[in-house]
Amino acid sequence: MRTLLITEAKLFLRTPLWALLGVFLPTAVLLGVGSIPGMREPSPVTDGYRFVDLWVPSLIVIALAMLGLQVIPAAVATYREQGILRRLATTPVPPAYLLLAQVLIHAAVALAGVLLMLVTARIAFDVPIPRHPGLFLLALLLGLVSVFALGLIAASLARTGKAAGGLAMIAFFPIMFVGGVYLPRPLLPAVIQKIGGYLPPGTQPLQDAWIGDGGQPLQFVALAAFALGGTALAVRLFRWE
Amino acid sequence: MRLIEVSELRKAYAGRVAVGGVSFSVERGEIFGVLGTNGAGKTTTVECLQGLRSPDSGTISVLGLDPARDTAELRRRVGTQLQDARLPDKLRVREALSLFASFYPNPADIDTLLTRLGLDAHRDIAFGKLSGGLRQRLSIALALVGNPELAILDELTTGLDPHARQETWQLVENVRDSGVTIVLVTHFMDEAQRLCDRLVLLDQGRVVATGTPADLLASTGQSTLHDAFVALTRG
Repeated sequence: MRTLLITEAKLFLRTPLWALLGVFLPTAVLLGVGSIPGMREPSPVTDGYRFVDLWVPSLIVIALAMLGLQVIPAAVATYREQGILRRLATTPVPPAYLLLAQVLIHAAVALAGVLLMLVTARIAFDVPIPRHPGLFLLALLLGLVSVFALGLIAASLARTGKAAGGLAMIAFFPIMFVGGVYLPRPLLPAVIQKIGGYLPPGTQPLQDAWIGDGGQPLQFVALAAFALGGTALAVRLFRWE
Repeated sequence: MRLIEVSELRKAYAGRVAVGGVSFSVERGEIFGVLGTNGAGKTTTVECLQGLRSPDSGTISVLGLDPARDTAELRRRVGTQLQDARLPDKLRVREALSLFASFYPNPADIDTLLTRLGLDAHRDIAFGKLSGGLRQRLSIALALVGNPELAILDELTTGLDPHARQETWQLVENVRDSGVTIVLVTHFMDEAQRLCDRLVLLDQGRVVATGTPADLLASTGQSTLHDAFVALTRG
């Protein structure tokens, strides 16, 4: 497993575009959005918070969804398309190792991207640091695993890189939507906000851990269920060819 | 001792028969050829040997194992080279060998293997930049990296120039001489004539002939395996 992980990490870094995109995209979007003056004004619609404060969890969603629903499925499906998975199927390596290596590498990139963005948000826009750092980290990890699991399901089902991208899109848009990427979440209909709290990527728990009162246990449980169930399903559905 | 026993193997895809009752056996230490034109059922047959597909009916024993059931054990003891399987373009020769070595309980020494297959000078070249001949050499090396008792090589020299083919043949003989039994899948009759101790000839999913290349020449009265094949499959 160690050699597999190191080798996959080297291969990942040899395609610098993906690595750079994963690490710097959230920060770039933050700087773009934050440079609009209106985004930095407290608003009565959002209980006196500025849009930029509320936007940060949505940026985390972008980072997770990009890596989990686009980069990972494309990587795995390209391996399948080129017969690399078929070749691996004739060796004793268990398929779960291959999926795990992909998840770990992209998780490292996602966490680096989120960290960079948090630091930038703090320095450039004075966004408060999470009030409940432990819960924030938990929400982040659960969100990450649950979104990545959806990506792995797409990667396990699709035969080609293109098909995997298409399949992952089915999850990509709803996740971006309930995650408040297209519209700030306070402007979403109440029912969608409410349902979205229980769905990956868990923007509500992230926000509660950040500026709220720490979040609702049930939402964490729901996310954990998505994370575990999704991963198990992806491993089960996985086919070498 | 018989290393592989195949008896009445059948496999159909969506009603189309790919393999229709194939039987043969492979002895330890020989180069055994599975021959036939494209679509004769060669690849399906070896995929069943490798446990990549399960047969519709018939029995298979490889190293005393049932490929469909004892797949994990089979993977550790059989090395494979697949027809047009690629590696990631940016993976380098030595990295590929280390990676595959890490999958096996008792891998071969990588540097010895690199030298043996003449890959020493190319160890840091990425797969995407290797020539066809070097890719084949690497894929033989990967088939051997787990110290297998049996190596299955599928369409080994397709797309190689005559010089690279000669070199590859020499390598396969060296591998056999080191004690590894080899199943060689090919549609090149000259390759089979040069390399195989015994072979099975498939046509449209059925066995047309089995025996040594000399047997096949004698029974058909032809001077090359190619002509013997044509004579045997004409009817």
